[in-house]
Amino acid sequence: MEIASIIGQVQGFSVLAAGLLVSLAALGTAVGFGLLGGKFLEGVARQPELGPMLMVRMFIVAGLVDAFAAISIVMGLLLFFAENPFLRAVINASQATVGA
Amino acid sequence: MTETKINAGQYIQHHLEHLTLNLKTFTLGEGGGFWTLNLDTMIISIIIGIVVFGSMWLAAKQMTAVPGRLQNFVEMIVEYVDKTVYEISHQKSTFIPSLALTIFLWIFFMNAVDLLPVDFFPRILGVFGVPYFKSVPTADPNATFAMSLSVFVLIIFFNIKAKKVGFLKEMLTFPFGPYLFPVNFVFRVIEECVKPLSLALRLFGNMFAGELIFILIAIMPWWIQWPPGAIWAIFHILIITLQAFLFMMLTIIYLSMAHDTH
Repeated sequence: MEIASIIGQVQGFSVLAAGLLVSLAALGTAVGFGLLGGKFLEGVARQPELGPMLMVRMFIVAGLVDAFAAISIVMGLLLFFAENPFLRAVINASQATVGA
Repeated sequence: MTETKINAGQYIQHHLEHLTLNLKTFTLGEGGGFWTLNLDTMIISIIIGIVVFGSMWLAAKQMTAVPGRLQNFVEMIVEYVDKTVYEISHQKSTFIPSLALTIFLWIFFMNAVDLLPVDFFPRILGVFGVPYFKSVPTADPNATFAMSLSVFVLIIFFNIKAKKVGFLKEMLTFPFGPYLFPVNFVFRVIEECVKPLSLALRLFGNMFAGELIFILIAIMPWWIQWPPGAIWAIFHILIITLQAFLFMMLTIIYLSMAHDTH
């Protein structure tokens, strides 16, 4: 039964970690895109003829802002849905000691 | 044999497995460690390359003075890439635009495989006994790292070819002046190594997340699946175009930075 409580603890912390990964990525991306879009609109309002060029630049920077958020989300989703390596380590350790 | 009830976790796990070829024993299945080949990635990326670049070659071979539709389309893309490269690097070269065109079209069409239904390829190939099939090549970090490591090698090669010994001098003196050369060197190495890492992981992260959300939408009951599926697919069209365009732009920027000094 102790194994079950240890596994439960590891799972709980993994869920917290995955949740933090996804949510902080979302937070950073949201603030970043908001600022980016705001500056773009300001620029277009000052000089509308630069509209298309600024839009191309905006998409480039949007892709860069997206990068680390996408990486964090992938880490979080991997923890959630694919192999959880922390749980795997606990299970291997418990099988080694208990021999079950 | 398929069970009548597969639970959600197993469905997701099944869709996240690659079709691997163990190069040590030449059998399908895991166990080769580093020496496994993800067959699904290689097959789809090679087929897409042949189809896309074959049709461009065909359009070039059958060029007429008044362009037909395919030739018009190809010309539009080639001119756009050429203009973009010239705007950034201000040099007439044929290598960088060709590389940029290859990267853009290949990555775009590899990403676009994600718009097919999630079960399309796995079900069809499952009839032939293929156990797993992950149909988006760029959702495999192997493919994205292969492309970005190739770009990394090209960046170093162009640096050395354009600047020769000046490259070493630039690495040692750049931001802080010649007496702080260890600091300069460390910064430069980190900056050079972040480039391929971020290129690869950006593309992989976006495509993997997109595919996973499609799988999660596929788990929902059929009568509620269509609105979120439609919305996500439309948003995903923007994302795949953006990611392909961004990989191309960053490649162009890095390579033209390698040609001239700061």
